[in-house]
Amino acid sequence: MSIRIAAETPWYELFSRGARDWLRHNQKVRSAVKESLPDLLAGSDLITRPGNRTVAVPVKFLEHARFRLAEAQTQQGAGQGKGQPGDVLQPARDQGDQQGRAGGTGNGEIRFVVELKIDEIVDWLWEELKLPELKPKRAATMDEPDYIREGWDKRGARSRLDRRRTMKEAVKRRSVQERGTDDVVAIVNEDLRFRQLVRRATPATNAAVIFALDVSGSMDEAQRRLAKQFFFFALQGIRRQYTKVETVFLAHAAEAWEFDESQFFQASSSGGTVTSSVARLALELLQNRFDTSRYNAYFFYASDGENAAEDREESRRVLDELTELVNYAGYVETGGVATFRPRETQLAETFNEFKARGAPVGVSHLGNQEDIWRAIREFFTEQARSE
Amino acid sequence: MTELEEYAERIEGLAKRQGLDYYPVDFELAPQSLMTEIAVYGLPIRMPHWSFGVRYIHQLVRQSMGHSKIFEVMFPGDPCRAFLMDTNSLAENALVTAHVIGHADFSKNNQLFARFHDMAGGNIVEHAAAHAHRIQQAIDAAGVERVEGVLDAALALESHVDVNGELHRTRYPEFIPDKPKPRANEFQQRYAQLPGVSEPEAVPLGLQVGPQRTRIPPHPEYDMLWFIANYAPELEQWERDIFLAVRAESLYFYPVFACQIMNEGWASYWHARLLREAEFLPQHTYLAAIKAHSDVVRPFASGEQTALAINPYHLGFTLWERIVDKHGLARARQVMKEEDDFGFIRNYLDRELAEKLDLFVYEVREGDEIRVANRDLEAVREAILAPKFNFGAPRVAAVEIKPDGGLVLAHEHSSDGRGLDTGRAKKVLEYTRRVWRRPVRLHTVNDRGENVELTAS
Repeated sequence: MSIRIAAETPWYELFSRGARDWLRHNQKVRSAVKESLPDLLAGSDLITRPGNRTVAVPVKFLEHARFRLAEAQTQQGAGQGKGQPGDVLQPARDQGDQQGRAGGTGNGEIRFVVELKIDEIVDWLWEELKLPELKPKRAATMDEPDYIREGWDKRGARSRLDRRRTMKEAVKRRSVQERGTDDVVAIVNEDLRFRQLVRRATPATNAAVIFALDVSGSMDEAQRRLAKQFFFFALQGIRRQYTKVETVFLAHAAEAWEFDESQFFQASSSGGTVTSSVARLALELLQNRFDTSRYNAYFFYASDGENAAEDREESRRVLDELTELVNYAGYVETGGVATFRPRETQLAETFNEFKARGAPVGVSHLGNQEDIWRAIREFFTEQARSE
Repeated sequence: MTELEEYAERIEGLAKRQGLDYYPVDFELAPQSLMTEIAVYGLPIRMPHWSFGVRYIHQLVRQSMGHSKIFEVMFPGDPCRAFLMDTNSLAENALVTAHVIGHADFSKNNQLFARFHDMAGGNIVEHAAAHAHRIQQAIDAAGVERVEGVLDAALALESHVDVNGELHRTRYPEFIPDKPKPRANEFQQRYAQLPGVSEPEAVPLGLQVGPQRTRIPPHPEYDMLWFIANYAPELEQWERDIFLAVRAESLYFYPVFACQIMNEGWASYWHARLLREAEFLPQHTYLAAIKAHSDVVRPFASGEQTALAINPYHLGFTLWERIVDKHGLARARQVMKEEDDFGFIRNYLDRELAEKLDLFVYEVREGDEIRVANRDLEAVREAILAPKFNFGAPRVAAVEIKPDGGLVLAHEHSSDGRGLDTGRAKKVLEYTRRVWRRPVRLHTVNDRGENVELTAS
């Protein structure tokens, strides 16, 4: 009888079949998650926290189904040990405890968490929704001159000597030189190469996004939630394109204030709606903080559309001025199903008028979760067209 | 020669003297990683499928919690292939060698194993590797998605083979064979001779029906992997190959499944007995080996007083010890040859032993409360055997092909006692439909006992 001991690298060490099939399983989980992503994200309460660029989606293992009998009223099994008929071997668990036990090892179920990068999710979405890439404004953004590297020169400051390039030149020269010369100098002056710097205007890759939210009494919790989710995805879309994105959160009722993000969605006011207040604040920001020749500016505004009647002309004037400055302005109207509305709201009318005139403006209605994807698609396709 | 090889040779000598009779065994020391995969796949090399990945993670978790230690895995065949964990101590390996010899003896002589050996040959490990290789080629040619779809269906129906049937089956005859005319018996002969009774008129030629086509399937077909492989409309050759590969492997697993208690018990009986007789083992090695033995055959986890599952090593070992004690080794060998777990438990687990082992039936009630239900011998035997009926799967058969090519399956709910889990059943129908390429229906009953039809179309 002989007992073989594995050779140095036996076949089974070459790769792990278990790991291969596990990875395939995970691939399937990810694509299942991806397919149900819009639902998953719309339902969850995720919103940008700066720095937190991943979301954790708890998932179960995929089950490979087989025919099985329906669960019996009472399950039976064979066991071994002391005890009389009727003796309790495992007490019933409390109903309240059920949640806690369900995730434990009690029924042998293991759950795991798929961590998804928000960037990855947004990439999927863009693919899914077939959204175009945003384009930075052309003319306005070509005026930020900077030094960039461009080419080489035989003369230059010592600090810009490109050693690698110089060596290359030396090798090239020696390879074409006649052989037999004893005094081959490793590097001669003509081999030297210096990096050149040129002053060029580069496109600005900064973006400023102004989110404005109507927090007047008529905007209820559900409406704000929709606005919040819309803002989230709009922001992610913009973040895809620009290296640096600055955000500003403005809330308004009769007056407008700037908030930080954490307070923004909590802010509320019982006052009436005066849109011109927030438009004016946004305009000031664009004039003072975000120079629109250096920033690609975006303005997103969510409201139920019921602006005070006396603000009609004033808001139209300020918004007009504002939309002239930004790359794109998006207006989302929340609340009630559009078809039930007897007429266009005052704000919808105003924005639609700008749009008809060819201004870079999008108007969309958010009645429920579904509308978010439609609105996002609309904004990003419109914006690409208006370039 | 290593110490282990020396022991192995001498243990083999003892086994031969005791009349153990087996095909040669190839031993191989293997690392944990391979042992884990064997536990997951059931074979050293097997087809890839994502569901094995899930089992793999579960197995890793169990191992990391210390619930599962694998000493050896043995594949019956000619030669048998045994893998020993390379971290086993010398004493453990001495024990495991003797244990494997017990398995080898069992698998050559037990009639169920012998039948499958005759049908499939002794190289199933190599066959499975070849299947895996061909499936990899199919993946390269048809893409992972399509192959996976076929494997989803084939592996879901893995247990739905006819374990009493043949590995190599031919298709149904195309026509119903003519029944030989029954020879007239005495009464009929005399009756025919009575005056006034005329010969039955010959059927006019024009109306002769000719041979009748067989209905497909001619009877409820439980060998569903075979049926789909042979009768699915538009099945491609590589898809058929996959179904037949899964079927061959499944049939190979059946004897191991159906004889687990007997087989593990037999191997445990022999490792204990051969080690007792192995005077050449140093005292400390022997003691260490006997310690490993008692760990393997103990009924409860350490520190526990009851178990909600019966350790097959323990039960089988105890049964065999008693059979040898009471009836002698020759009779025990006879039982080993003829029975499977059903006969073994029903015929040899008697009241005395069930009481001695404290076997009981338990019930799981609402809120997962578990109580001892009874200690009735019949009930205990059936509770032990219940998970083994029909290869552990519900009885589902292919019963009809509809004119539109749709497949109809029927669940024998009366013999299974209740209907199918409909959620899972629907998924299996969906897997099957992708391969059958026509609607697939299934008849079963719901929880109120009413007939229901599930459809994937």
